[in-house]
Amino acid sequence: MRLPTGGRIDRSKPLRFTWDGRAMTGYAGDSIASALLANGVRIVARSFKYHRPRGIWGAGVDEPNAVVDVVWQGQHDPNARATLVPLRDGMAVRGVNAFPNVAFDVFGAIDLFHRFLPAGFYYKTFKWPNWQRFEPRIRAMAGLGRVGTLRDTRAYETRHAKCDLLIIGGGPAGLAALRAAGAGGVSVILADDQPELGGSLLTDPAEIDGVDGAAWAASVAGQGRVLSRTTVFGAYDDGSYGLLQLRDHAPEGWGTARLWVVRAAKVIFATGSIERPLVFPDNDRPGIMSANAVRRFLHGQAVLPGRTVIVATNNDSAYATAHALAAAGASVLVADARGEPGPVAAGLRVLPATVPLATGGRRGLAWVDLGPQDGARRERVPADLLAVSGGWSPAVHLFSQGGGTLRWDEALAAFLPDGGETVAGSITGAADLATCLAQGHAAGLAAAGGGDLTAPRTAPAPAPGKILPVWQIHPSAGRQWVDLQNDVTAKDVGLAALEGYRSVEHLKRYTTLGMATDQGKTSNVNGLALLAAATGRGIAEVGTTKFRPPFTPVPLAALAGSRHGRLVAPLRELPAHDDHLALGADMRDYGGWARPGCYQHIGETVIAAIAREAENARLRLGLFDGSSLGKIEVQGADAAAFLNLMYYNEVANLRPGRLRYCLLLRETGVVFDDGVVARLAADRYLLSPSSSHTAGVLAMLQAWHQTEYPTMQVAFHDVTAAWATFAVSGPRARALMEQLGSTVDVSEAALPHMAMAEGTLHGLPCRMARVSFTGDTSYEISVPSSYATAVWRHLLDLGAPLGMMPYGIETLSVLRAEKGYILIGTDTDGMTLPVDLGLEGPLRTKRVDFVGKRSLLTPDATRADRRQFVGLLPDDPDNVPAVGSHTVTGQCGARRSLGWITSACMSPLLKRSIALGMIEGGRARTGETVEIFHLGGITRATICAPVFVDPAGERLHG
Amino acid sequence: MLLLPCPHCGLRDEPEFSFGGEPAIRPVPASAVDDATWADYVYLRSNEKGPHREVWCHSGGCGQWFVLTRDTATHAVITP
Amino acid sequence: MTRYSAFNLLRQGFAGQTGWGAAWRDPTPKQRYDAIIIGGGGHGLATAYYLAKLHGMTKVAVLERGWIGGGNTGRNTTIVRSNYFFPESAALYDLALRLYEGLSQDINYNIMLSQRGVVQIAHSEHQMELMARSVNAMLINGIDVELLSADDVHREVPLLNRDPAARYPIHGGFVQRRAGIARHDAVAWGYARAANALGVDIIQNCEVTSFQKRDGRVVGVETNRGAIEAGVVGLTVAGHSGVLAAKAGFKLPIQSYALQAMVSEPVKPVLDTVILSGATGIYCSQSDKGELVFGAGLDLYPSYAQRGGLPTGQTIVAALLDMMPAFRSLKLLRQWAGIVDVCWDYSPLIGPSPVEGLYLNCGWGTGGFKAIPGGGWLLAHILATGRHHPISAPFDLHRFTSGRLIDEAAGAGIAH
Repeated sequence: MRLPTGGRIDRSKPLRFTWDGRAMTGYAGDSIASALLANGVRIVARSFKYHRPRGIWGAGVDEPNAVVDVVWQGQHDPNARATLVPLRDGMAVRGVNAFPNVAFDVFGAIDLFHRFLPAGFYYKTFKWPNWQRFEPRIRAMAGLGRVGTLRDTRAYETRHAKCDLLIIGGGPAGLAALRAAGAGGVSVILADDQPELGGSLLTDPAEIDGVDGAAWAASVAGQGRVLSRTTVFGAYDDGSYGLLQLRDHAPEGWGTARLWVVRAAKVIFATGSIERPLVFPDNDRPGIMSANAVRRFLHGQAVLPGRTVIVATNNDSAYATAHALAAAGASVLVADARGEPGPVAAGLRVLPATVPLATGGRRGLAWVDLGPQDGARRERVPADLLAVSGGWSPAVHLFSQGGGTLRWDEALAAFLPDGGETVAGSITGAADLATCLAQGHAAGLAAAGGGDLTAPRTAPAPAPGKILPVWQIHPSAGRQWVDLQNDVTAKDVGLAALEGYRSVEHLKRYTTLGMATDQGKTSNVNGLALLAAATGRGIAEVGTTKFRPPFTPVPLAALAGSRHGRLVAPLRELPAHDDHLALGADMRDYGGWARPGCYQHIGETVIAAIAREAENARLRLGLFDGSSLGKIEVQGADAAAFLNLMYYNEVANLRPGRLRYCLLLRETGVVFDDGVVARLAADRYLLSPSSSHTAGVLAMLQAWHQTEYPTMQVAFHDVTAAWATFAVSGPRARALMEQLGSTVDVSEAALPHMAMAEGTLHGLPCRMARVSFTGDTSYEISVPSSYATAVWRHLLDLGAPLGMMPYGIETLSVLRAEKGYILIGTDTDGMTLPVDLGLEGPLRTKRVDFVGKRSLLTPDATRADRRQFVGLLPDDPDNVPAVGSHTVTGQCGARRSLGWITSACMSPLLKRSIALGMIEGGRARTGETVEIFHLGGITRATICAPVFVDPAGERLHG
Repeated sequence: MLLLPCPHCGLRDEPEFSFGGEPAIRPVPASAVDDATWADYVYLRSNEKGPHREVWCHSGGCGQWFVLTRDTATHAVITP
Repeated sequence: MTRYSAFNLLRQGFAGQTGWGAAWRDPTPKQRYDAIIIGGGGHGLATAYYLAKLHGMTKVAVLERGWIGGGNTGRNTTIVRSNYFFPESAALYDLALRLYEGLSQDINYNIMLSQRGVVQIAHSEHQMELMARSVNAMLINGIDVELLSADDVHREVPLLNRDPAARYPIHGGFVQRRAGIARHDAVAWGYARAANALGVDIIQNCEVTSFQKRDGRVVGVETNRGAIEAGVVGLTVAGHSGVLAAKAGFKLPIQSYALQAMVSEPVKPVLDTVILSGATGIYCSQSDKGELVFGAGLDLYPSYAQRGGLPTGQTIVAALLDMMPAFRSLKLLRQWAGIVDVCWDYSPLIGPSPVEGLYLNCGWGTGGFKAIPGGGWLLAHILATGRHHPISAPFDLHRFTSGRLIDEAAGAGIAH
């Protein structure tokens, strides 16, 4: 219920929301969890396996039960943690994993069969006839929320920051560190996951340096950069951290998150600690809560979760809750497991050496049986709230992720960090405010390199009483829960130990303890303590499971950040991109570039467009945008010698103004790239790697130069983006070039095939190359890329009377296939050697140890039955075989592949189907008819030389 | 996220770099090397757990190739 | 060994689940074994099982440095498939898949094999052509695969991004229906229990520190629990292969990298097959608990740390969300990494090491889980007979000297 006064809520701002369809009210300052408690909702969920009713246990990231479905303003979170979501007006909140709802779930009947469904039961059965018979039902029962139809279209930002010091946690220790370090002049970022700074200061009244704790917290905030509502979820290499900042008040609405990647020279873990449950029979009933959480709800949102309260504890901290509850008007009884009770205020009833032995109540807690640990006596006491404290586990997750080591402290019954001055506050086991402030202060000063600021002052507290570790109450009685969400009991831990799953990692995987959405925050230590007892080992020897990011679940969309839609891997665009679109280009992704496949006229299919463009280019004139082709300038006195060590072909004897088609190999001999090498001058070359390999080729040249030949005088420059390149190709190509108006002499004598020249085109620098990928006379015109559009349009204008049409890559692919020109990555793959392509010359004649040379001499490189590049003429001239078909020998079960078809199309000039492929011993099979296999069907083709049109190359010189 | 020491640019973030393998001595001339020796050079790796000599390139920066020693178990750079 | 069955589960239900025996003993190492297997992951435990079951060799020990199945076997994304390009690979991986198909019954442990199909997706016409090449290769080699159109793929996976403006539009794909997922821990535990029942000693917390040699031949090992002699020694330590190889005095064509895996919070069934994308390398399935399990490429520098970095993690998540925009409402629950021993040609190393008496089964890289039964079966054959089985012969270390690699990356159209 909601108290009439108190709490950090705004009673002037009532918020309407629905819970499973029922209208309810809360206030600004509520979380969904506090609003549900205020409205008397006891059952908020069902457990994963047995569908037992579950209530709210905690107030923050420790909450194991309250996973709910939330819809608000068109955004949907199917697995929201009710304790972490601030309430908003109009929120629709629903329970998950229950039918018809969590209050009256029919699947609760499964619990009747629990004795047959222990941890790991599914490993022992469901084998016959096979697991898949049972799987659909099991899958339907599993899972919490449901992925709905609402789509998250929000943008998620990522920010990067550097600082001298990252402080994780904005409670008293973290704030004291901020105050000290900030005064010392170092740059500080402090991350705290609550909307307001202060941590425990917000729920436990305190006075620091003469002011109220919360006010003191606010006053310190200015000493550094404070990120509120920000969870540090991961500690990574070299002081880098991942942070998730929730921007509740951002215009984009609830739940928008910003990912921060912070690099910190130093860190202080002031992450606090998490209260542990006690393990006793029926300890999972709704109405059983963490004592600290009760106090947080009471002081934070004026919520009283019960009127008749039992506080069960084994340490001093829960007494603050008992006193607070009594002050709020509840009737309170404390059951302290220890013989000596803790700090009792006037009027508080305490039963020493008393623990809960059982609980009862149909729709939530109604009574608790109290008595000594051995269960010799018991007394039934009515209660609607059982506030429990089994001790505190320091939140060492991030500290451990960062490589820090832990040690088990018997006296405090806790894993403590070996952190020196990188840890401060209750993470070190400190229980009182004064110590936390002092530790934070010291850590902050140390991080700042010293200073004389005095520590913040607060009233000293009496030394706390010892904790009495109680890992399990009355082991043989009833069902005692360790992991509340995944339904793991103390008996399951015993079963795991009995069956030999004795490592703490085996325990986790076998029982699924700690693998629920709360990641074991309240179950890990209890579980491993039980395992220790069951296997006769100490807790230190058992140890903890490995801590890994994320500390709490992180939205996937926030991790992806701005890499969404087009920004997942941005495509590069040609300089004349818009002109291509205007011409109807079918733009596709080719090696990371958006390039035209062809230019479809209205109503024309892609196939028809390709046929039209190809025929036109062969008979008249075509225009192609080759701007994405790589251009790498190589300069230096040793340029020729260096490139000769890189390329398969001889390039040192290339004359200035001449071009040569060359292959680049890997050290394994495999063909990495092909392209035309142009020599511009004695000490200057221009390489043209394929579009998708330019970066790789440049990297290869740089690597070899810097690591193997560092004394050679040579420099490289990628000028791909600086030049636009257009190819004019066809019988009328020279006619167009003669009208172009450049200063370059384009006569056959001055610019023969495989030559190049530099000049100007209407005042623009230009390079002309006679090089052909179509097999027809072809000129490549390169101009500065900022003039791409102007020159493209100029060429189209000049070419119109000559019947010029633009053609795309798919068309080029057809034209080059007629000539048998290879495409790297299509006709070749990661196994192709130059000899497979019929290019053996350089291996025989070239003397230098070029890259890959020795690999061409191995047994595998020299065997006779390697796959070789050949042409194929299908028996049916109208049938274009599928690329990827295999040539086969043998029949049915004994079939063997001899190779495959790498390219296939209708030949525009021959008006019949042609194909290229890599076939075992192909060159010796010329004239043979072979079987072609595709998806079970067989056709036939004859092997021929890989050139179908103009084998002598006369069309190149037209 | 690693912080790596480029000899030119100083400490820079991991996404700016590419790993270039283990340094190796290239056996030349090709004619003098038997298949096993050549295969060792091309394919074998020391792959140490612990201090490991590595070639890196500041590909997203100055393009410098350099060698460093890095602990593959802790990721810490030992010597730039 | 108490038999696992529904009947016994029922009986034990009435007995308070107290009658189950230990799944494996915790024996003290003997002085000598006929065969020692170093590495208690799936491959090592499977090897021990098949040695005992098929070759009658029961004086066998598996030595595991930590807890069994704690390496890559407990860290992978649980996909099983045999849709590989080369006939040698098809034989290898399909041997494993066929053994998986009968495994739960064979070892009396439900490994939860779910042959729900693996759909590989093509995002361009070029990728479709490469897929056709792969599909035809597989059909010729007797692997059950089907080429799919874009519509087919969308029907199999309704939540795939249908937006024609998506960065990686869907052009089609192919499916292997017999492929799917299995419960990784159960494979390790199941083989361990079955091998133990046949007399194999499974020795955890036992680290090999050096090899004992006589006349250049391995005759035993030194461990942190004493010296143990062996007739033959098998090495199945995956990412640590280079470390053990160095102790024996040789190197391998292997580099060890971190491969990240990620798990979302559990949701109701939403993905009924396994999906792999050719464009981004992402793979994703939904576990029987409802969690999405996914991963993609390596962190691209050698690592033994079993943790990946944030930049690669973000790349993996961005790729998943581009393919499956519906998952944008989900959260990352767990993330970890294995140490994958990537062999140069992306095919494993099976066979004799350069040192006599020591045999290898490693180099599985990112693809070891699907091969566990096959790897174990083949290494057992070699350890028992001293000779390769025809299926393992092509994967011998010698292929690097001859150059006769089985380059599955190249087979998939990846140039490297």
